[in-house]
Parts: sequence; structure tokens; C-alpha cells
Amino acid sequence: MSDEDKIIDEVTSSDYKYGFSTNIDSDTLSPGLDEDVIKKISHKKKEPEWMTNWRLDAFKIWNEMDEPDWGNVNYEKPDFQKISYYSAVKKKKLDSLDEVDPELLKTFEKLGISIDEQKRLSGVALDIVVDSVSVATTFKETLNEKGIIFCSMSDAIQNHPELVKKHIGTVIPKTDNYYAALNSAVFTDGSFCYIPKGVKCPMELSTYFRINEAGTGQFERTLLIADKESYVSYLEGCTAPQRDENQLHAAVVELIALDDAEIKYSTVQNWFPGDANGKGGVYNFVTKRGICENRAKISWTQVETGSAVTWKYPSCILKGDSSIGEFYSVALTNNFQQADTGTKMIHLGRNTKSTIISKGISAGNSHNSYRGLVRMGPRAKNARNFSQCDSLLMGDRCGAHTFPYIEVKNPTAKMEHEATTSKIGEDQIFYCQQRGLNPEAAIALIVNGYCKDVLNQLPMEFAVEAQKLLAISLEGSVG
Amino acid sequence: MLEIIDLHASIDNKVILNGINLKVNLGEVHAIMGPNGSGKSTLSNVIAGHDGYDIISGDIRFAGESVLDLPPEKRAHLGLFLSFQYPVEIPGVTVSNFIRTALNEIRSAKGQEPLGAPEMLKSMREKMKILEMDKGFLSRSLNDGFSGGEKKRNEIFQMAMLEPKMSILDETDSGLDIDALRIVANGVNSLRSKDNTFIVITHYQRLLDYIVPDFVHVLFNGKIVKSGDKELAIELENRGYDWIKKEQQ
Repeated sequence: MSDEDKIIDEVTSSDYKYGFSTNIDSDTLSPGLDEDVIKKISHKKKEPEWMTNWRLDAFKIWNEMDEPDWGNVNYEKPDFQKISYYSAVKKKKLDSLDEVDPELLKTFEKLGISIDEQKRLSGVALDIVVDSVSVATTFKETLNEKGIIFCSMSDAIQNHPELVKKHIGTVIPKTDNYYAALNSAVFTDGSFCYIPKGVKCPMELSTYFRINEAGTGQFERTLLIADKESYVSYLEGCTAPQRDENQLHAAVVELIALDDAEIKYSTVQNWFPGDANGKGGVYNFVTKRGICENRAKISWTQVETGSAVTWKYPSCILKGDSSIGEFYSVALTNNFQQADTGTKMIHLGRNTKSTIISKGISAGNSHNSYRGLVRMGPRAKNARNFSQCDSLLMGDRCGAHTFPYIEVKNPTAKMEHEATTSKIGEDQIFYCQQRGLNPEAAIALIVNGYCKDVLNQLPMEFAVEAQKLLAISLEGSVG
Repeated sequence: MLEIIDLHASIDNKVILNGINLKVNLGEVHAIMGPNGSGKSTLSNVIAGHDGYDIISGDIRFAGESVLDLPPEKRAHLGLFLSFQYPVEIPGVTVSNFIRTALNEIRSAKGQEPLGAPEMLKSMREKMKILEMDKGFLSRSLNDGFSGGEKKRNEIFQMAMLEPKMSILDETDSGLDIDALRIVANGVNSLRSKDNTFIVITHYQRLLDYIVPDFVHVLFNGKIVKSGDKELAIELENRGYDWIKKEQQ
């Protein structure tokens, strides 16, 4: 092994820093999946009949589908009968943070995302989802005054059934794909958000998700509706405790931006990636998609550092004329992680614009793929796309792959695609060392520089957290 | 400040340094000259602690202690600075961010508090003035798309900010036009004091017109074969290296 490899090996072979679990009593359904289980979930959540039927319909569809295998990832297929589909934290809904389980608060403190700090410093409203049920919701009153609805999906089904019924499954239908169908059948909770016409949401809306129950698959469902001329910035972040067995995570996120609305959706994802030998780790099979009406804009920004296997393509359907879609992504894989991630920009309307900036970082034995589709429909006159896909390799045992798909059916459409592949060089590390940085600090600096275009898109506090996460994900026992 | 004792070093089993002896005291400026392939850049890399070289025998003592077992960053913390012949590019990392990170790493190693943003900026502005650098420089990505002259100026700028005890300037004059050479040399001269020291590595006498050395050494085949004062540099300029080569045969 050359010296360069040694440094990189040391720096990239660190253990998962956020690997700990919280002892909270849970009300958990025994493993297995059939119509009865779905009825039980729906019943436990006291859902109306239309919701139960919607789930059962999705289950039928799912039963007839095959698990997709076109992704550039290898993993043992989950046994869906061994997964428990419902896990609720036993405690009832809480009125204030004081009532939150101290164990849980401690966990958040360990993660450096103490709720109090967050509330005090950044004015961020948190809707924390531990396993599948919301346990704390803050800042509700401020949001209420503006007419903004920000609550758990379960609450939305109870309290705003007309909005849920109208929009759920309209962006990602039950038939969309295997995991979306599964999610539609068994989702337990998630977030719901509605921004009324003309309202600019005064704060960043934020949800921290955690998988907290060994062997419990987590199926969140998020629905975000920005009515005409409204604006919202939504943050989603997650860290998961260390587990030995594989955990399935198949979320669905639907965004709807009506005329002249803007949605900024930012994610920092840090599910347990498996240990240094590739054992354990979360399977993250997520469907995220937004639809833009006239002059609407949707921006996806994601920093992906976790999961054993990631399969995720936050996409935009640019249906309305002059609508805008953006995708900014950093995907970091280390050890034996595999990520197949990217976006789809579907240009249907005239003068639609999209931007794709994707930064992949592969270290250890990991594989990192960018898969992106840009489609210009026949009506998409003067549509434009700019794509930039960069890959950074650390060491010589990892892989970076790019799969761009381009379909253009309108002759006036314009597309640009740029791609680069680079390696962190020994000379860059030596240069930084000569200036007083240890190799770890050097790599963190170089990686953060490489990701700057994406990190700049994140809200300030989130960007700082993301930078830390990138450094932690590559940190080792150097010196 | 620096003492090199009978240093032998190799890369890929090829011996490059063949018994270097050199002593540099505070307040002195030494020039090391020599033909291509004589081992000049290897010497500067080995002093800085590049791990691509094998030390066969000998010692490098810096500030009174042997530094052979110290990684490059620890040597930097002791006050060693290398101005690179080919500075590397780090896209996305601004000059100001890089210098702030480096300076605070060094301060922290010395047990000092990090320097606050206003003081840092003030200090940067002062040094940039000496080096006739544009303000916009700070927010550019480190060496990314810099001209040869800008890269070298940036090295001297970093040197000025980090205030090292010893600076090794590895062919800082290469790729500089006369104006840039004068500016860079002025920068170096303004930093010269009795509390620091410089080793200037160069092919040409030209730089030494501006940065006047106390001692000149000629490196040939990995050995210092001749030492003298600045007259030696002028003699080399007039007679070329062939003279040295012949003398060695």
C-alpha cells in the first residue's frame, strides 16, 4: 500500500459516530405483511375508510410488482415478512418539550441538535419523528397565525382530510414504483405542510427523522403543498443509531408548487451506513418528486452521507410554463456503501429551466453512481437544462459512475452537460500539511471546497451541520 | 535554527541527497543554487517532511530538536514554511478561508486562541498591500485558475500571514516577470528580520540581486560542493555550472 493509500485508508476507516440507540418503550406490531396488517395500521391510526381502502389498493398493486433491479447496487433483497410495519412510541402526544422522554433529549444532545438550542438559536420549528409517530411539535402558534398547516401526516388525515385526499398520490401515484407502492400501503407517519396563497413561511420548517426500533422498517410519507404565490423552505435531516441488521427505509415525498410558488427542500441524510466491513446499515429507497405549475420553482438540495444502499432521485415535473427545477446534491460513500442517486427533470411547459449540480465523493470500497434524466417534451419550447456531474475519488478501491439519460423532443430546447472526475492528490494533502493542517483537516477542507456549490444552497445552520457531517464521515484515527 | 547533518535521502531506491551539511542561523539568508537534477527540490521537500522520500542516514535539526520523526504539519507548527515551486490548486476553498484555517491550526498548536475575523482581515489587508495584491484575491479559489505569477505571490502572501521562523523559497522566481519578481522580492525583504531566516533556492543570480543572501551554496549531485558569499552567485552566473561540474570530476 502506498503512503497516499495509507493516509486515505486511515482517514476513511472511522466508525460511525452517531451509533447509539435510545431506550424508549415502543408499541410494535409483530413482523409480517398482509391485508390484515394494513387494516391494523389504519385502525391503530384511526383513519377514515377512504384511507384504509387507498392503502389496500396500493397493497394489491405492490403485490403484482417486482422489485426493481436496474440500479447499480448490490444488496440482499429484504424479506418483507420479517419487517414490523408499525412502531409507535408508547407515550401519548405531548404538550411541551418538557414532557419529552429525557432519554430522547439526551440522544439529540449527543447529535448536537438539541431541540432547545435549535429553537433558541435559529427559530426553527421542529416536528420530530421518532420511529413513526410525532412526539413533539413546536412553533405551531406562529405558523397558525399565518394559516400555515405543519403537522404529522396522521394529524393531517384526521384534521385536514379534504387536502390530503385531494393531493396524496397525485405526484407519485401508487403505481409509480415498487417502493412507492409499498409505502402507500404501509406508511405510518410523516409530515404534512400546507402554505396558503400568498404566504411566505417566516421560518425554516424542519423535521428530524430517526429510525429507533431494531428491525422496524420506516415508511414516511411527506406531502407539501405550496399554494399560489407562496414560499417555503423545508429542512429534513436524519441520523440513525447503530444496528446490526439491515433496516429498510422507503419514504415518499410529494411536493406541489402551484402558480408562482416556490419550495426549497433541503435534506441532510445520515442513516447508519453499515460498519467498516459493510455489515448492517440502512437501505434507503426513496421516491421524491415535485410538480411545478406556471412560474413555480422547486429546489432540491441534498447532502447524502449515510445508508448502506441508497436509491434516490428527487425529481421535478416542470408542468407549468416558465417553471424552474433545481437539484443540488452531494453524495458521499465510504467503506462498502453504495449509492445510486440523481434526479429527473421532466420539462413539459414552455420556457422551463432546470439546473443539476451533482457532486459525488467515493472513498473506501464504496460505489457511487449518478443517474439523471433530462426530458424535454414536445411542448417544451425554449426549455433549458444545465447539468454538471462531478466525481471525486479517494483511494483506488472505490468507484464512481455516471448514467446521464437525455430525451429531447422539441427542437428549440437547449441542454448542457459537464462532467469531471478527480482524485484527492497526495500533493494537495502535503500542501495543506505544510501549512499546518493534519491530513484529516486537509481532507475535510478539500472535500468541503469541492462541495461548495451545493453547500452554499443550504440554509446557514444546515450548511454548518452538513460540513461537520462530511468531515465526520471521512474522519479516522490519524496521528 | 536549522542544522542538517550528513543527510542522505533517496526516492524509489534512487539516492538523491548524498551527505548534505548545512547550518542556518537566525537572521541569515542562504541561497542554494545548482543545475537541474542536483537535488534542490528534494532537499526542500525532505526538510518539510514529505513522506515520499526515504531518509537513509543523517539528521535534520530544527529549533534545537530533530524533526525527522515529525509529520509535515508538526514541522509547520514549529515555524517551518515552504513556498512551493508548483503550488497546488484547491477548488472551492477561498484564499482567505485557507489562510484562516492554516493560521488558526498553527495558533492552536501553540496553545493560542484563534484569531478573530476582524483582526485577521486587517492583517490580510496590510500584507496584501505590500505585495500589491488586489482585494478580490481573498475570495478566489486557492490557486484555481491563477497565473504563474499570482500563484507565487500567493505563496509569499501566506508566508507573510503565517510569520514562520524559517522560509524555504523553492524557485519562487521561476515563471515571474521582472515586475512580479521585484514585488515578490520586496515582500520577502520586508519580512526579513533578526528573528527569522530564509533559504532561497534558485537557478539564477537574478533573484539574488533583489534578495541579497549572506551565504551562497552550490548543490551538485546531492552534495553541497561549494559555499561562499554573494560573489559566488555572480561567478556562477558568469561561468555557468560547467565549471563546477568539471571541478568535481
